[in-house]
Order: sequence, then structure tokens, then C-alpha cells
Amino acid sequence: MTANTNVHEDDTGRPVLAVEGLTVRVRAPGGRAVVEGVSFDVRAGETVCVVGESGSGKSVTSLATMGLLPRDSLVVEAGSIRVDGEDVVRATPARLRQLRGAKMAMVFQEPMTALNPVQKVGRQVAEVLRLHTRLGAAERRRRVLEMLESVHLPDVERIYESYPHQLSGGQRQRIVIAMALILRPRLLIADEPTTALDVSTQKQILMLIRELQAKQGTAVVFITHDFGVVADIADRIVVMNQGKVVETGMRQAILQNPSDAYTRMLVSSVPSLVPHQRPAPDGDAVLDVQALGKVYRRGGWLERAPEVAAAQDVTFRLRRGEIVGIVGESGSGKSTVARCVVRLIDPSSGNVCLQGEDIAAAGRAQLARLRRRIQIVFQDPYRSLNPRRRVGESIIEGLLNYGMPREQALRKAAHTLQLVGMPADAMQRYPHQFSGGQRQRICIARALVMEPDVLVADEAVSALDVSVQAQVLDLLEQVRRRVGIGVLFITHDLRVAAQICDTILVMQRGRVVESGTAAQVLAHPREPYTRSLIEAAPGRHWDFQHFRPVAQDAAA
Amino acid sequence: MASVPSISDASGASQQSALSQVLRSPPVAIALAVLAASVIMAVFAPWLNTIDPVQIDPTQRLKPPSAEHWLGTDAYGRDVYSRVIYGSRVSLVVGVSVAVFSIAAGLVIGVIAGYFRWADAIIMRVMDGLMAIPGVLLAIALVSLSGASLTTVIVAITIPEIPRVVRLVRGVVLSVRNEPYVEAAISLGTSPLAVMIRHLVPNTVAPLIVQGTYIFASAILTEAILSFLGAGVPPEISSWGNIMAEGRSFFQLIPGLVLYPGAVLSLLVLSVNVLGDALRDSLDPRMSRRL
Repeated sequence: MTANTNVHEDDTGRPVLAVEGLTVRVRAPGGRAVVEGVSFDVRAGETVCVVGESGSGKSVTSLATMGLLPRDSLVVEAGSIRVDGEDVVRATPARLRQLRGAKMAMVFQEPMTALNPVQKVGRQVAEVLRLHTRLGAAERRRRVLEMLESVHLPDVERIYESYPHQLSGGQRQRIVIAMALILRPRLLIADEPTTALDVSTQKQILMLIRELQAKQGTAVVFITHDFGVVADIADRIVVMNQGKVVETGMRQAILQNPSDAYTRMLVSSVPSLVPHQRPAPDGDAVLDVQALGKVYRRGGWLERAPEVAAAQDVTFRLRRGEIVGIVGESGSGKSTVARCVVRLIDPSSGNVCLQGEDIAAAGRAQLARLRRRIQIVFQDPYRSLNPRRRVGESIIEGLLNYGMPREQALRKAAHTLQLVGMPADAMQRYPHQFSGGQRQRICIARALVMEPDVLVADEAVSALDVSVQAQVLDLLEQVRRRVGIGVLFITHDLRVAAQICDTILVMQRGRVVESGTAAQVLAHPREPYTRSLIEAAPGRHWDFQHFRPVAQDAAA
Repeated sequence: MASVPSISDASGASQQSALSQVLRSPPVAIALAVLAASVIMAVFAPWLNTIDPVQIDPTQRLKPPSAEHWLGTDAYGRDVYSRVIYGSRVSLVVGVSVAVFSIAAGLVIGVIAGYFRWADAIIMRVMDGLMAIPGVLLAIALVSLSGASLTTVIVAITIPEIPRVVRLVRGVVLSVRNEPYVEAAISLGTSPLAVMIRHLVPNTVAPLIVQGTYIFASAILTEAILSFLGAGVPPEISSWGNIMAEGRSFFQLIPGLVLYPGAVLSLLVLSVNVLGDALRDSLDPRMSRRL
């Protein structure tokens, strides 16, 4: 059944984790099933990726395994979860405490909230040993330092004495992995451990998990929504949708030849890293940014603290009907640029010209007039709409600000909602009645109803599921064609940039490192930084949309 | 993404059912009953078998409870029962007025402090200064400056309560003003005033309701203290504090003069605090995220 040479068969040949018929329900009368009839198993040395969109139940399954379900809202109604033959669903709390850390361990998404901010990290890793072993303090310290070295942290003595906030995100995640694996558990559950990390850090963490797994023979359950990661690390894949397992199989089988329709839809929604061929834009410039800079100075009036340049010397031009992408990792300054362009932050230097008028230097009256020409859509659809106001009110707010009569504004809003593929009766409902993708459409409608020349999308699809993301990107493409608007698209995801951007700017630490057409930047990058970004992109040798490896001539 | 599906979303229906569940629990039901009884006492005072609370009858001084005077008489022969009933009027009026005014003032100041960076430092230092002064002392000083009257007492109790409200409102405003929907409103050209009213203030309503009940209880108590110390409402107005102050000298003889108004006062303050706790518990979990 398994062709993976890394699999270690233990004496009885049974899987390390065997989930069978697991059903988890909401603890309320008539509560719905969050997870229903889920079954899969994981063997020693094997990596099983559980993929699914939000609401699929993948996190709930892993929490149930660790016995960490929120007691007052969710309850395991049926099924069993056997770790090395022992059913953890029916284990006593005391037994679960013994098992956690020693037999099964978990790594979560957010490394900062997984570490106690007021304790030194060395002590936190040692705590695992203190709870499960009878080693003395000196021996514990030695073991911890050894583990910190095996997760490739530099200068382990200094890190042992550091607090979490003194470390970077990648370093913190390594600490969390050290805590999880120090007792050599048989099972490691990783719930989106790299989603909050930069793509290059992500690559290192994935390699680290792979390495430790090979050394210790751990069974790894890797939960993710990122198919690129799946393509790189999975031995087997479990696809979940709305609480049920839709399909399981070997990686090649699922990616090349999925049998279920949902799986096919999911896999083919992943955008390709190879940019589409598109005609060069030739409209007139709607946005002209010259030497834009934003400098933050820490310290008060008395203290002359060093300046931090969040953005420096950024220059680009956006034409009518064009989509310009700004790509970079976190801290690169791309969000700062977006906010400066929309004048949510005041730039320290440079010009942002909207058809000749500089919004960066505009006074209050001029600014009020210019604001309607450039609109922004934010990243988090769950926080972008006032939860207390009806959707219709939120959409017409801008129009009412500029004096349009209410009747006319409502009609325009209804028309724009249809443009973004939402029914007009959505105007009467509240935001919480819509899904993330629908809310993002509403936000796009709110921006478009102002008839701006420029639309800034600040990571507008980053928080969406991959299938919903595909729909929203499609929508932007349609809008661009119909309305002829210019779009400034900020993203950290190269695949998304490849799919819809005409021109790409790559930013690193506040500066534009490379710029050019999408085809140039992604297929033939000149700068080493750009090349390292592309090489770190997970799953870059796989063409998801066509269910096959990337064709040789198009590979970077 | 990687989060447990939120079971309790902020839909009005689930919020109301949680609230009504809380309201049905015994301590809260009793507290509500006490509060209702106090309101009935205050509103229907003339019809509750009371006589004029300030009517003196020197022949009936310091009598124990009887059929004619349900709680006895005080040192001037006034009916204690009537005084206690009419005293509830002062307490409730002071409590509600102080709560309303301090919240109104605190809301305005707090929103300005939270929204405008330059105003924040100045306003908060002034508030810190106000908080450093003991409330009762400040009230006594104000009353002695402008003379004793109901209005003065209300103003004197309101002012020390404002800083706490300002802090609360400012905290909420600071956390909400960076939300994407507020930024969206700004980029749609919404004026600062409209942003404050439409998007920021609604977030303060729930915590302010809870805070309001606590201020209500605290104001009633403070008024009683002030009247007890002789710095509150003038002696011709029946206030629980006044009654206790006058009854203090005769405590050995007729303890009821202190105990009856004291008991009613304690019961009312306790009930309002219990209600405030219940409101806070039912509104808070909706604010915080699960997992």
C-alpha cells in the first residue's frame, strides 16, 4: 500500500494514529455535526496532509485527537481515535496529560500565542521535561540545549535565556517544534504551522520537520489549506469538506488524478506560478507614484531615536485597465505603500499623482475631493464591514458623503452589487450572514460604487479559501475589463500575482528590488532576491490546474 | 482557516436568549425585584400609606414600631417609614442622574481622547489628576463652595465618576479605530465626526451599560455618605443618609433609626451591583473570541 521508504513498521504493524468514524457535535440541543464519520490513519514516518477549506473540520479533528476540544461547545459523539492502539477519546484527563508531549504533540499556527510571553523560552522547553521525566535541572538544561541545536537555532545559549518577543517568527516556531519533539512523541500534529510565516522561513520550517521526522520516525499529520505545501511534503492526502472525508490517497494519485469532483475543483483552483500571457496595457496613466517614502521615527520629542524607513524611493505608474502587483514578504513595506497611496497614512516624501493631482500633499478640501477617485479593499473580510450596520448602509456611505440623494445611492448600490455577483436583496442583511468570500465581494462593491479610477487591493484574497480566491480574482479580472479601472494589487503570494498582474514590483525592506512585466519577473528574474522568493514558493514544480508537473519550458 | 468554527456568532437572537437565561437565575431575579420595588416606592410614595415625611410631632418622639408608625418615629416625631419611602426618591434620582450625566460627559471626552492623538495626552493627564482626588472629599469641597442642594450633590458626585468612564471609552475607541471598517469609512470620505458617531460609539454601548449600573450603585452610596456627613442634601429633604445621620445619636435607644434606612440602602446597592455583574457576564463572552 505504501511505497515510502521512510515508513518504519513498528512491531505490530499498526498505524500510529487511527481515526475511525469520528463524529463531533456542537454541545447544544439539535447541535449540528462539525465533523462526521471521519476515518483515516497515519503510520510511523509518514506525513499525511489533511487539506480542506475553512469549516471543513480539519482543525476540530486534530483538537479532538489531543483532547483539546472546547469542553463547553463541542463534544465527541461517536467514533474512536487510537494513538498507538489506545483510544484517547475515552481516556481520563490524567491519562491524556501523560500522553500529551510524550506520545503525541501539537504545533499551532501562531507561534507568538503558543509561547508564554513572560517566561524565557529555555524554561518553557524544559517544562516539558520537568512534567514528564525525572531528570535533574542540569540534565534538563543539557537536553534542551541539544534540542535547540537540532532545530538549527544559532547561539543556543543566548536563545535559552531569551524571551519570545526577542525572537523572530521563524525562531519562535522552531522553539515550539523543539517543545513538541523533545520527548520524541510518536505522533506530531501540525496545524497550519507555516501559514503565519514568510515563504522563505516556511521552506526552512518544512525542511526541519521533514528532517526530524526522518530521525525520530514520527508520524506527522499536517493540516493546511496550501496545496503548494501539500505538493512538497505529503506522502498521503486526506481531503475534507464540511466535516466529512471526501477522498484519501497517495499524493501523486490525488494531485494527478483525483476521483472526487470536489477534489478536482479544489486542486484546479490553485493558481499557477507561470504568468498568463496578456497584452501590454496602453491606456493613459491614472496613478503616478514618484519616490514615495515613509519614515517612522521612534522616541518622543526629547529622544532622537534612529529612523526606520518602512518605504523608500518607490516609483511606479499604473495605467487605465492595468493591474500592477506589489509582491514582498512581511516587513517589505508593501502595505505601507498601499496605505500611503490611499492617504490613510501620510507619506514622508514623494508624490502620489491621480491624473495630475497630488494626493500626498493635498489639503483637507482637496483631499476630500480626491478620495473618491481611489478606493481600497482590505485583507480581512470579517473586519472590513461594520457588523452593526446593514450591508446596504455600508455600501452607500461613501456616496452619501459626497451628497448623492439616498434613493439614487441605493439604486446605484443595487446595480453595483449585481456587478460583483451578489443578489440585490443582500443590502437588507447584516455582514455576519455572509461568508468570507461574499463579504469580500461586498467590500469590492463598496469600493466600486464610488466609480474610482484606481482600486487598491491590500492582500484582498489572502484570507480567503483557495476556491473562493479563484472566484474573487476572476471577479477582479471581469471588473477590470468592463469598467477599465486600474488595480494596485498587494500580495505576498506569487501564484496570485502570476494569475492576474500585468506588471509586478518586488519589494524588500522598503525598497523596490525589481520591476517589470509579470512574465519577465516571474519567468526570468534578474535579482537574486526575486530568484530566492520564487525558489522558496512551495509546490512550484507542480501545475495544479492541469494536474501534472510543470512543463519544462515554462519552469523558472 | 485554522480556527474552530465559531458557534456563537453575534446574531441578535442568540444574544437575547443568553440574556434572558441570565435574567432567570435566582440572584438576578431577586435583584431585579428589589430594584423594581425601589422604583415603585419612589414613584408611588404618596399612595403607600405614608404621611408627610417632614411633619414633626414632638409628642411622638422616638417611639418604637407600632400600628400607626410602622417603623417608629425619629427624634422630631417624624414617621420613619414615610421618611424611608420618600428617601428612595432622592437615592434613585441621584443615582440615575449621576449615571446619565457621567456617562454622557465621559463618552464625549473619551471619544475625543481616543480619536485625536494630540488631545489624548492632555485629557488623560487631567483625568489622572481628577482620579487622584478622593471622590468624597471632592464632593464635600464642591458642596461647601456652592451650598447644599440636590443639584449640587448630583454635580459633586458626577465629576469624580467621569475619569473612569473616559478611560473605558478611550480604551474601546483606541482598539476600534484601527479596524479595517473604520479605515474604509475614512477612505470613503466620511468626516471624523460621522466616523465617531457611526462606527466608534456603537462599540461603547455594551461596556457603558455595565459601567452605568456600577455608577448608579456607587452614586447612591456616595449620596448617603455625603448626607450622613452633613455635606449632602439639605436636612429638610429626606435622604437615607440624613436619616442615618440623625439617628446615629440615638442608636442605643432606637437602633431602627439607623438600621432600617441602612438595610434598604444596602439591599438596593447590592441588587444593582448583582445586576451589573449579570449584564457584564452576558455581554462580555460575545466580545471575546473563542480559542
